[in-house]
Amino acid sequence: MQTETRSEQFHSSSVIGALLRKLHIDIPLFIGLFLTCALSFLILYSAGGQEIGVLTRQATRIGVAFVLMIILAHINPRQFHRHSAVLYVFGVLLLIAVLVAGQVGKGAQRWLDLGLFRFQPSEMIKITTPMMIAWFLSGYTLPPKPKQFFIAALLIVFPTLLIAKQPDLGTSLLVASSGAAVLFFAGLSWRFMIATGVVLTSLTPVLWHFMRDYQKGRVLTFLNPEADPMGRGYHIIQSKIAIGSGGVHGKGWLGSTQSKLDFLPESSTDFIFAVYAEEFGLSGCLGLLALYLLIISRCLYIAVQAQDTYSRLLAGSLTFTFFVYIFVNIGMVIGILPVVGVPLPLISYGGTSMVTLLASFGILMSIHTHRKFLPT
Amino acid sequence: MVRIYAIKDPLAENRIFLSRVVAVFTLVVILIIGLIIRLMYLQIVGHEHYSTMAKSNRIKILPLPPTRGIVYDRQGRILAENLPSYSLELIPEQIKDLDDTLLRLQQLLDISDEKIEQFLKQKKRGKRFSSIPLLLRMSDEAVAKFSVVRPYYPGVDVHARLVRHYPYDFLTSHVVGYVGRINEKELKSLPVADYRGTHHVGKIGIEKTYEAQLHGQAGYSEIETNAQGRAVKTVFSDDPVPGANIFLTLDIDLQETAYDALDGYNGAVVAIEVKTGDVLVFTSRPGFDPNPFVYGISIKAYKALQQSVDQPLFNRALRGQYPPGSTIKPFMGLAGLEYNVTDFRHKLFCPGYYQLPKLKHKYRDWKKWGHGSVDLEKAIIQSCDVYFYDLARTLGIDRIHEFLQKFGFGERTGIDLVGEKAGLLPSKAWKRKYRRQPWYPGETLITGIGQGFTQVTPLQLARATATLANRGKVVTPHLADRIVGSNYTTAEPLEPEVQIELKTKNLEDIVSAMVNVVHGARGTARRLKVGVDYLIAGKTGTAQVFTVKQEEQYNEKELDIKLRDHALFMAFAPANDPQIAVAVIVENGGHGGSVAAPIAGKIMKQYLTGVKEVVVAD
Repeated sequence: MQTETRSEQFHSSSVIGALLRKLHIDIPLFIGLFLTCALSFLILYSAGGQEIGVLTRQATRIGVAFVLMIILAHINPRQFHRHSAVLYVFGVLLLIAVLVAGQVGKGAQRWLDLGLFRFQPSEMIKITTPMMIAWFLSGYTLPPKPKQFFIAALLIVFPTLLIAKQPDLGTSLLVASSGAAVLFFAGLSWRFMIATGVVLTSLTPVLWHFMRDYQKGRVLTFLNPEADPMGRGYHIIQSKIAIGSGGVHGKGWLGSTQSKLDFLPESSTDFIFAVYAEEFGLSGCLGLLALYLLIISRCLYIAVQAQDTYSRLLAGSLTFTFFVYIFVNIGMVIGILPVVGVPLPLISYGGTSMVTLLASFGILMSIHTHRKFLPT
Repeated sequence: MVRIYAIKDPLAENRIFLSRVVAVFTLVVILIIGLIIRLMYLQIVGHEHYSTMAKSNRIKILPLPPTRGIVYDRQGRILAENLPSYSLELIPEQIKDLDDTLLRLQQLLDISDEKIEQFLKQKKRGKRFSSIPLLLRMSDEAVAKFSVVRPYYPGVDVHARLVRHYPYDFLTSHVVGYVGRINEKELKSLPVADYRGTHHVGKIGIEKTYEAQLHGQAGYSEIETNAQGRAVKTVFSDDPVPGANIFLTLDIDLQETAYDALDGYNGAVVAIEVKTGDVLVFTSRPGFDPNPFVYGISIKAYKALQQSVDQPLFNRALRGQYPPGSTIKPFMGLAGLEYNVTDFRHKLFCPGYYQLPKLKHKYRDWKKWGHGSVDLEKAIIQSCDVYFYDLARTLGIDRIHEFLQKFGFGERTGIDLVGEKAGLLPSKAWKRKYRRQPWYPGETLITGIGQGFTQVTPLQLARATATLANRGKVVTPHLADRIVGSNYTTAEPLEPEVQIELKTKNLEDIVSAMVNVVHGARGTARRLKVGVDYLIAGKTGTAQVFTVKQEEQYNEKELDIKLRDHALFMAFAPANDPQIAVAVIVENGGHGGSVAAPIAGKIMKQYLTGVKEVVVAD
């Protein structure tokens, strides 16, 4: 409590500012998130067939996610630090539970039925993995030594493989990148990274061997979508038509024809960017990317301002994961990356990723608003 | 929590971190620029191209559904084919006033309300711009009637489609099965790309088992259309790959003989070629006509089938579970010989009943006054129950279970049909687990004569018979002989050979006893030997449907027909070089020897001599 009062003394110039700081909300970040979510409603209304039900359901989810974000923002980062290992182990145990007893949904085991609601442990692991790595590395002098690097790598690879086995390629990719980001921010030497890159590349054939048929199919389709226009290439071709026909200015809100005629599958979820690009054109796309870039910049600023190694590494990694979401989703929709199930952050319809994303922004706000203010 | 904030050189770490943040920020900016370049390429450079493609009705990708493979019997006769048929289809998007159109069509073509309802249901599921059938199998007259007034019905059209047809309807309903409209559940599990344009999917039988092979791969064509959506020209097309044809091991002539022979009864017949495991006959009577299921059976007709007391939709050969009755005795006898607890010539006195030591309960023989002195051979020939009560008691349930399991009792045979039942072969462990009760000695006795908990499917019984005929080499029944695709042929893969360890002498003793069931003067199936010049080994069985109380008499004539015993018969021939094994179960047929055995006899005769018995004078 002492830190809070002191922070107020230093920065409270207005009553509103004091109130918001009391709420532990970071204003620029909050505004960025709010704008993106508002935009999401606009697009969802159009992509979801102009149904109010879609909007109310999404509003409920966003509401829950914002509450969670504010709750997390109130927790002192030291608490995250203290419980990192426990949370990580708990998450991994849940993942194992899913594999053993999970419900089979859409051919993949991802859900754990807790009676009242269904829970996807792989979402939680997206946050607990970077927490664990940051906790582990922050105990040593940085940059990490080879031994610490290997232990950290194991801690990343284990949950990644568990999720890949579900199989959920998109999420396992996000978990791996969030862990790797911590290592990168911790100052892992470039030589190490290049060596790891070479090893991973040489392991690609092995990975190929372990992939499911549908995953192989997606990669092959990505390499040559026209080979199978009725099947797997269908998504990509239709999505490119939708985006390209949008032009510079777009067809206007509610003006998309491709998604309306059901040419474009998954238009409210993973492929929502195509609807957006069709309706709002290149100018709209630039606007959205700018908004995302602003959020990322603010988050990186928070990371730089953070006062201990753990917070810094965690903030950096969560920010980077947010970007990976954006890049992988848009890259897939515009046909420069293979189709993996990653939603467009804060915009795609669906609750699980929304909650995880806003939870990580909550942690970022917590890191930023619990600083002990030093004279500048 | 000892290591918190163990930072050695905060300034250096800060510097590293800052440089990494700069690196990440640079990367983010570069990648976002990459995305922007790609977007510019799509939305500025490619705009013209993609706009043309998007012009809603200009270029359409039309799926070309593949032709479903044909199912043949072992002689190459067609069991499932595709016949051209006309259907009336509507595209809701192109119809201004759907209710009015439907009403006018209803008056014009005399369409039932039920069909309209079905159509509306399908419309809800489908997409507005896809073509939804209203009438299937239109008569030529109806086609002509509609063609005249076609211009007044925009969005309505007659389509020629191939519709699945089963020429042998009742005979093959439980083997070949049928296709029906794809339902929502199936839609989720089917590969989307290959089923665009396909409306039907295998529901049961071979049609379901081999759905993937029979269906084939969809092709597509890109067609240019005018504003009304009519095709102007084909820009590009990729032909579909038709489904593979399947040749079954089934012999439709034998199948017909079996089905006809069951006339007047409910029951099942399965015949297996001993050396190969080919299923020659797979009959469940009553069958049903599968053809209405293809174009949508009416609710009334379906209910009638479902609620019929004869249960025509029930596949008795695959899923019917019956007590094996005395047909279990040859296997029991073989178990006794193999475990050395009896000798083929060991004699026992049968007074007509059997009692466990110190217990009053009398386990009766079917012959009230008993068989007198019996050895194993006589016990099989005359089907003496007392002998097998005693044998079962000496063997004990565990050894019975262990031995019978080898012949496949209590397990699925693995035939290529979906929904097979496993039957039941009881054991102490089974009873403890599922009934939560201990095993009682009396239950061992009745297991010995094929009553009690034991249940077998006709298919299992046929398989066990074939395995016995094959001198212990386990036979795995299968229906598909070979699958012939447009560019491949796959034959039924050879199963690994499993040989049950049996002493030749024991086996031949049992087979000779079974031969005498048919050819012996007092055999229970002695009527079968008339007019055959090969040796048949068989065993009759009678399975109790209800239990006769201790001091009561079983009186067949007075009994309600549904409570009458099931008649069973299993046989193979020729006994010395077995070619065919048959199992017959006739529900409420009474005695195995009089009702079930002649059916098996006919099939074996027809298979071995090639002559079909035309009329059997009674």
